[in-house]
Amino acid sequence: MKLSLTKVVNGCRLGKIKNLGKTGDCTMDIPGCLLYTKTGSAPHLTHHTLHKIHGVPAMAQLTLSALAEHHEVLAEYKEGVGKFIGMPESLLYCSLHDPVSPCPAGYVTNKSVSVWGVGGRVEMTASKFMAIQQVLQPDWFQCLSDGEATCDEATSIKRARKSVDRSLLFLDNCLKLQEESEVLQKSVIIGVIEGGDVMEERLRSARETAKRPVGGFLLDGFQGTATLETRLHLLSSVTAELPEHKPRLICGVSQPDEVLECIERGVDLFESFFPYLATERGCALTFSFDYQPIPEETLLQQNGTEEEVKYVDQTKKSKTTSCNQEITSFEINLKEKKYQEDFDPLVRECPCYCCKNHTRAYIHHLLVTNELLAGVLLMMHNFEHYFGFFQAIREALKSDRLAQLKELIHRQAS
Amino acid sequence: MAAVVSPTSLESAPRIMRLVAECSRSRARAGELRLPHGPVATPVFMPVGTQATMKGITAEQLDALGCRICLGNTYHLGLRPGPELIQKARGLHGFMNWPHNLLTDSGGFQMVSLVSLSEVTEEGVRFRSPYDGDETLLSPERSVEIQNALGSDIIMQLDDVVSSTVTGPRVEEAMYRSIRWLDRCIAAHQRPDKQNLFAIIQGGLDADLRATCLEEMTKRDVPGFAIGGLSGGESKGQFWRMVALSTSRLPKDKPRYLMGVGYATDLVVCVALGCDMFDCVFPTRTARFGSALVPTGNLQLKKKQYEKDFRPIDAECACPTCQKHSRAFLHTLLHSDNTAALHHLTVHNIAYQLRLMSAVRASIVEKRFPDFVRDFMGTMYGDPTLCPSWATEALASVGITLG
Repeated sequence: MKLSLTKVVNGCRLGKIKNLGKTGDCTMDIPGCLLYTKTGSAPHLTHHTLHKIHGVPAMAQLTLSALAEHHEVLAEYKEGVGKFIGMPESLLYCSLHDPVSPCPAGYVTNKSVSVWGVGGRVEMTASKFMAIQQVLQPDWFQCLSDGEATCDEATSIKRARKSVDRSLLFLDNCLKLQEESEVLQKSVIIGVIEGGDVMEERLRSARETAKRPVGGFLLDGFQGTATLETRLHLLSSVTAELPEHKPRLICGVSQPDEVLECIERGVDLFESFFPYLATERGCALTFSFDYQPIPEETLLQQNGTEEEVKYVDQTKKSKTTSCNQEITSFEINLKEKKYQEDFDPLVRECPCYCCKNHTRAYIHHLLVTNELLAGVLLMMHNFEHYFGFFQAIREALKSDRLAQLKELIHRQAS
Repeated sequence: MAAVVSPTSLESAPRIMRLVAECSRSRARAGELRLPHGPVATPVFMPVGTQATMKGITAEQLDALGCRICLGNTYHLGLRPGPELIQKARGLHGFMNWPHNLLTDSGGFQMVSLVSLSEVTEEGVRFRSPYDGDETLLSPERSVEIQNALGSDIIMQLDDVVSSTVTGPRVEEAMYRSIRWLDRCIAAHQRPDKQNLFAIIQGGLDADLRATCLEEMTKRDVPGFAIGGLSGGESKGQFWRMVALSTSRLPKDKPRYLMGVGYATDLVVCVALGCDMFDCVFPTRTARFGSALVPTGNLQLKKKQYEKDFRPIDAECACPTCQKHSRAFLHTLLHSDNTAALHHLTVHNIAYQLRLMSAVRASIVEKRFPDFVRDFMGTMYGDPTLCPSWATEALASVGITLG
């Protein structure tokens, strides 16, 4: 696999990752996102409805928390998780945890990390972890790591140091096991940068991990209850230590404004769970990423009148990092009575299946009557809208207009 | 003495059904319904999409499965979102964006299913809403008014429905009232050119009451007849006899819609008895419980035995679920909280029902329906002679012997 950068503007990297996948002929654009899945399937969507969405990313994210407990089944299946889930052509990245479901802290030891499936806790040593990856056969996987330095209110330096030490040890063990397995060599290990909120440890983690033959880097521990803002300077310092030609992923960050902040600090790839969270609260993403509109028109169309936008301001909670469950200003709540007789599509001129075929009134009805189709249609729209946002980022970078896009997003963030 | 009405009915009634083939032994028929939103081949199974949606699947998916008619429900839609809104949305077709045919039930069945919330008088059914406690009166006039606003291609009369396990004078009262309500529905119907109003034969499990109802209702000028009040808790022996009695007295040139029937065996037998149209929540509801329909019965995919079963649900099935997924994957997905699992099964079960009816129809057209029935029973029960005795009797009554 090869990452070629087209340009770097104010810290933002625009480029392509080529020669991906088993056949070596897949490409991914950066900045980009991964398709969020739950137990190997896009939420609410079958293959049929997923493929109605335009711009689905080439790479899907699977989570070990959902799959680890099924490793026996997959071992007997033999042909890898991609085929098992019915996505044989998709690139696959396997993360440890699900960004949406926080896992209980306190279970990482010097020898093992645990994930939680439906059947309970699955404890993994490096060798069990690699045995599972051998059976999954993903294209990329997050290395076993200790991500709990930021779980407590105040990170102690000692805990931060331990997260780095452990993660490096896990990495070295996993790399050794990979050397001994032909199957595992077909997958790329993503090294995990830990270190909590301690600058020294973050730098150490970045420098040391960069010395290892990993395929890319996952920036862990930037999500959580504290604000992303306080961690952004840490993020810049970390990415500065990483090699240019390897991709940088971040977990737990998915909100549009935060995505832009991270891109400006050298992050390439994001998870797409934000559209899923919006779907679960009965909301449709409506934020504009059209940074070249006829002035004034777009905001009024998408998010209602100025008055309504101000009203949302007053009731909005303070900005926090992505895993919050509050309705953001990037979306509208279709359960509200005012949509009962609104026969407009969710977003005017949106080309998605939902907007081309259905109205706000219909989605409102489905939500009020608790119908399953609400989740299906909202997920189709929200994913398409979100993938469209990333396309806009890439285009803005190409035409040197990112500042305009950023300003547009920021106007809608508060 | 009242004139005897011939089984070919009155001249002026609209003929929406064209017979294509008839089985020379049994009463099975293959036909085509001509409806405002396109033709529908019969026998037909109509999936139920109660609240303006087939649960979990899009209109496009339903269309891709070959469905050309499905159900909506007047009681539910009358409450939420209400007929005025649906009318503004260009009818139920416009509201849910369904390009093919719709049949709406009148709300009559809810009298039985929601019996604790309802009270029946000559005026209509008084319901107490479970959502806001409000009282609504569903009269024949109101039911037709709502259905006129919904714009469905086939609308059902409001009938006085009693559970098939009820006996005594209430059954007779309901039967006569249904006739009077049929007349009120016909009078209230504002759009007979665009919407086909079907009558619903009642009379419970009493042959005399059924016969009376049949005689009276077939005098009315309606495009089609439904056989109602069955598919409740009655024994199968009583069930098939009432179906057979009904089809023997209903006109041949009009469709016979047997309400609430959806199990595969029941469908095949009732086609033999002369029914053309069926609806049931069973296939779609059972899908959401993890049960996949197959020619040999069903697979409870949540069970451990499917954990490592890498075959599709049915190797012969062309549906998207069977083309792409194994039982093992569906088993895994069913144990997660991803609703996609339910949708995979809903798609398959609808495909199964439609494929079954297609196969039934082809066998009638190709003059081999009795053989088809024997094969079907053999596959389902291991041997045609092992099929339930009620089915054997019912089939024998129309000249089809098993084994």
